Amino acid sequence: MAILSRGQRSVSATTISFPTMVVSYVALFAWAFVVLFPLYWLAITSLKTPLDVNSGPFYVPFRDFQPNLDSWHYIFVDLGEDTFRPYLNTVVVGLTSTTITVFIGSMAAYALVRMRYRVSFGAIASFISGVAIAAVAVVFGAPWPVGVAAGFAVFLLLLNTIAKRVKPGVGNDDIAFWMISQRMLPPVAVVIPIYIFFQQLQLLDTWGALIIAYVASHLPIVVWLMRDYFQSVPIELEESAAIDGASPYRIFRSIVLPLAVPGLVATFLFVLVFAWNEYLIALFLTSANAQTLPLTVAAQNATRGPQWWYMSVLILIMIGPVIAMAIALERFIARGLLVGAVKG
Amino acid sequence: MSGYASARERGFRIAASRWRSAGARLDRFAGAVFILPAVIVILAFSIFPLLASLYVSLARLSFSEGGVQLKFVGFDNYAKLLVGIDHVHFLGLAGPLTPIGVAVLLAGAALIAFWLYRYSRDHARSVGGFAGRIVVALGAGTLLWLVVTTVMSSGRPGTLVVTIVYVGVDVTVQYLLGLGLALLVVQHLPGRRFFRVVFLLPMMITPVGVAYLFRMLTDTSKGPLYPLWVRFGLTDVSWVTNPWGARVAVMIGDVWQWTPFIFIVLLAAIETLPHELVEAAVVDGANRWQVFWRITFPLILPASSTVVLIRLIEGFKIVDLPNVLTNGGPGTATESLTLHAYTIWRALDIGGSAAVAYMLLIVVTFVGVSYVNLFRRRVTAMA
Repeated sequence: MAILSRGQRSVSATTISFPTMVVSYVALFAWAFVVLFPLYWLAITSLKTPLDVNSGPFYVPFRDFQPNLDSWHYIFVDLGEDTFRPYLNTVVVGLTSTTITVFIGSMAAYALVRMRYRVSFGAIASFISGVAIAAVAVVFGAPWPVGVAAGFAVFLLLLNTIAKRVKPGVGNDDIAFWMISQRMLPPVAVVIPIYIFFQQLQLLDTWGALIIAYVASHLPIVVWLMRDYFQSVPIELEESAAIDGASPYRIFRSIVLPLAVPGLVATFLFVLVFAWNEYLIALFLTSANAQTLPLTVAAQNATRGPQWWYMSVLILIMIGPVIAMAIALERFIARGLLVGAVKG
Repeated sequence: MSGYASARERGFRIAASRWRSAGARLDRFAGAVFILPAVIVILAFSIFPLLASLYVSLARLSFSEGGVQLKFVGFDNYAKLLVGIDHVHFLGLAGPLTPIGVAVLLAGAALIAFWLYRYSRDHARSVGGFAGRIVVALGAGTLLWLVVTTVMSSGRPGTLVVTIVYVGVDVTVQYLLGLGLALLVVQHLPGRRFFRVVFLLPMMITPVGVAYLFRMLTDTSKGPLYPLWVRFGLTDVSWVTNPWGARVAVMIGDVWQWTPFIFIVLLAAIETLPHELVEAAVVDGANRWQVFWRITFPLILPASSTVVLIRLIEGFKIVDLPNVLTNGGPGTATESLTLHAYTIWRALDIGGSAAVAYMLLIVVTFVGVSYVNLFRRRVTAMA
């Protein structure tokens, strides 16, 4: 589609005066220092011996202390397999869950922006009744598949009888809020139920469990963020495509998604970051096989106290790939994608 | 066409007037296909934990010979937090009111009264809206009372107030910093791509790692700030022993890590804005200040309100920083609600822990619902 070319990246009409530029650079470098100094400290800590770390602050390698690669050697060679397996797990779980989440989530976000939904209170009440029946059945000792089946039957029954008579209901905004409200319960409260959940499905300590858990817990964030980006896509394009006979799926794939690339990329990046760095759920759902890197980092706080030097190495190799990803994707979060689209 | 508008599918009635107005030949099920995957995943994954932890919060878990026993105890776990042995830990210790405290309370009450009065003169008022606002007023008043009596007095704040302080300060500072940085980076300065990537870095470190990193940095004898501590004579009286010092350290860590999140969302929002608006305004003689307040800021308000809501919700769950950095100390001065739940959970009081988690859920829901209804709706309606 020619109208979507990114060619016209004209410089903004606002030219930057010299004083503004100086002030901007001072502010930018100040914050860059705040961001980079802790990372610098990590980097030099990874090159220090335990003695260097414990005998006072040393700032500059070669001048204040003699850098050595002992910690790196320990992590890569001595730990070896115990570093690489979590690494592979983190990469696979992170990328898979993020891709699925962004895909499902942006579809739902688009639907919440452009279509109108109405869920009647009758349907909600039927659903709650179904869940209540299932819960009561399980509490009183029925096996869970039986309970779920009973609940589902009650839900369908009520839905097709009583629910049809109830007209008022909730709309798009309420659905969106319901989704984000799923993130309000702190993980400490949900890990045990989630553990039981995956135990029943016999998925403990597998990639599958982590992927499902991450998709479910990060979906609301994707839906909320993508909603705003889709809202800013001009509806005229979609309308004209619809007049030309394109199906909603086609419109979504070939018009809306390309136009929302900056938002998509930003969302992809931090859902990836969330999945990459998640700690508590991984702690409960995995043991030896599917363990991820944040657990390896936390494990360096051994009985002898935190092993700062190993921790630094691990944190550094953990952020490496994410930084590479950020550098590769950064240019998509760029201005000018929409220029010309509306005119065309 | 009319057949489509009344189509029903499992109770989800989907009207698609927008599409119809475009004269589209529509796939009947598109509405369901787009949203059902997300709805099913979230439903399947959220209902069970929600119910299970509610049940656990009403029970006492004991480990006995050959397994675990759940004993139903009603609202005991909640009573313990609100009036029982754990209420100082949770709500804090109220001290006598100071003049400043009284002034703040009066100002708060006046503000709430004025706000209710203004709504009562609004043309769009309704009974439901008024009832909702009274609930908000009562809730906000209670929280204000708690903050004033425990923080602005000789008392000491409990985990609930500490969490609210964290969230309030962190989200405000993060938003201002993130917005400022996004506006700086959006300018066509040479090297701006470097800053974009660098500013994202803190967010990419695993939260546990950030917590340990800040423990290294804030160490008063081996950390890089050692010369500074020496200069102020603070090497012996470590900041960890001062409640507010410790809280500020936790908040600095949180701001450092999560400012990038707000930064990148706002950056992407500003970058997606149509160029023509700004250019037209500049041609008409608007200065940068006017362009920001009249065009950029209103247009990124929806994205702003979303990112603030997400940070509010996530901020309430802060746990790694206080846990690793200060271990909740001194005493329980830096303990957040999630850490509170976590510590009683480690003491194997699973029921009590679930009760704390549910109290947190109630507070976050209250804040979230108020925020969405009073602020976000208006913002998105405007845009």
